[in-house]
Amino acid sequence: MSLLELKGITASYGPSQALFGVDLSLEAGEVCALMGRNGMGKSTTIKVICRMLKHSGGTVHFDGRDLGPLPSHKAAQAGLGLVPEGRRCFGPLSVYENLIAAMRPGPWDFERVCGLFPRLGERSDQVASSLSGGEQQMLAIGRALMTNPKLLLLDEATEGLAPVVRQEIWAAVATLKRDSGLALLVVDKSLAELRQIADRAVILERGRSVWSGAMTALDSTVADQYLGV
Amino acid sequence: MARETLLNIVLFLMLPVTAGIALLLDEPFIITLVTKAAILALAGVGLNIALGLGGLVSFGHAAFFGLGGYAMGILASHAQSYTPLMETPFLIEGTKSMLVIWGAALVTAALAALAIGALSLRTTGVYFIMITLAFGQMLYYFAISWPAYGGEDGLSIYIRNDFPGLNTLDPIQFFAIAFGVLAIALFGASRIAKAPFGLALFAARQNAERVETVGLTPFRLRLVAFVISGAVTGLAGALFADLNRFVSPTMFSWHTSGEIMVFVILGGVGRLFGPVAGAALFILLEHVLGGISDFWQVYLGILLLLVVLFARGGLIGTLAGREVAHD
Repeated sequence: MSLLELKGITASYGPSQALFGVDLSLEAGEVCALMGRNGMGKSTTIKVICRMLKHSGGTVHFDGRDLGPLPSHKAAQAGLGLVPEGRRCFGPLSVYENLIAAMRPGPWDFERVCGLFPRLGERSDQVASSLSGGEQQMLAIGRALMTNPKLLLLDEATEGLAPVVRQEIWAAVATLKRDSGLALLVVDKSLAELRQIADRAVILERGRSVWSGAMTALDSTVADQYLGV
Repeated sequence: MARETLLNIVLFLMLPVTAGIALLLDEPFIITLVTKAAILALAGVGLNIALGLGGLVSFGHAAFFGLGGYAMGILASHAQSYTPLMETPFLIEGTKSMLVIWGAALVTAALAALAIGALSLRTTGVYFIMITLAFGQMLYYFAISWPAYGGEDGLSIYIRNDFPGLNTLDPIQFFAIAFGVLAIALFGASRIAKAPFGLALFAARQNAERVETVGLTPFRLRLVAFVISGAVTGLAGALFADLNRFVSPTMFSWHTSGEIMVFVILGGVGRLFGPVAGAALFILLEHVLGGISDFWQVYLGILLLLVVLFARGGLIGTLAGREVAHD
């Protein structure tokens, strides 16, 4: 059975339906890119997986468990590590405090996170709100890793960052894939970088999964049709 | 050394130094005042765990303060009248042992906080304030209508309870006990604030949804904090009753809840030594202004207004500036 399996997911924000049937599966240790133009339901899908939004139809299974009835903290305890859109660090806490507040036992600890992002170690006493956007993104990834997840979900992790910082984030994600064996579900618009990292891709169009397959199979025709690139 | 650390050291030493000077000058009343400040600071340390770290504006902490006081009063009154507290289903005798009484006060207040917290923490904002206030007032009216333990008149204890190796009737020795308990509570509160639990609690105060996405439960974090907070305030209540050798329903009243909150706000919400500074200032104002005018609380009210409007970090915040990490 897949580590994560979404079948026919439908979900709404009040009366407005956002997802009309999303299918997605992800194996352990695999990197999957969740792609699509703006407003196609990528972040909504992430919210459904993390139980921040209840789905109205379909099923979500993670690590053999039905996530449907679980609240978001139980889903996180089951092994989902979310790096939310817009970073959302705990602003008044220091870098060190942000990391240990979320800590759960496992291979990822403060030292290992600082090994992945040395800048976090250098700024461990600095409050999160005073960090640069890139550093806050590193902290958001580090905080999710400190929960020792089985699956890391990165929602627009490089959005709004300077090109040099984006490269640092992508390099860290590549290191994660190579060294940790962690499964990754990556939402991003940078097709070139995703091609380097992702094993598979799922494309959403108007709340539906319209294409899925190996990243190598995502040719320019598909990209042009669904991603507009 | 950070300015706040220096200020904390000064505040920490201020109480024993004042008590020591009062001892040299043979002023036992001053020692009793300093002891009262230490005990009220302890109650404030308790509230500060819920209010400062968890953002829980509890207006019912008098419930725990009163329960601690009545735990002392009931156990000591049975010991002094040589009557058992209960005989069936098992025998419970009264006691004059301060350590046993503290244990009873801690357990009683913690259990009450668990029950009150489990219900009231399902609400937020003004509803939380009103529910905690309602619980405090329920206990207040219950104590008034409980003639077995003095009802409205309260309960007098003729001799202060025993502490191994110390003469608790000696003001300076009783001060040493109260100060020792305060020091332990401050150490515990500082450990909680820096532990993952305290950090997660503080983070939940900022944004509960964000905390849930890392697998933590804001309700459980807040409930644990509320129970610890209630237990510490209950212990302060037991010491306060021992200091006065008297318990009365006033300990449960909303005035008491308000006063504990005033110590925390005056000193600085969320600041470790905020309740110490606030309680010391309160006792000082009560003593100095109370000697000048019967309406000294009007001046206290003006001071509180100024602090809330212009010095949000309280006395500690004004003197030490913003905290380095979580303010």
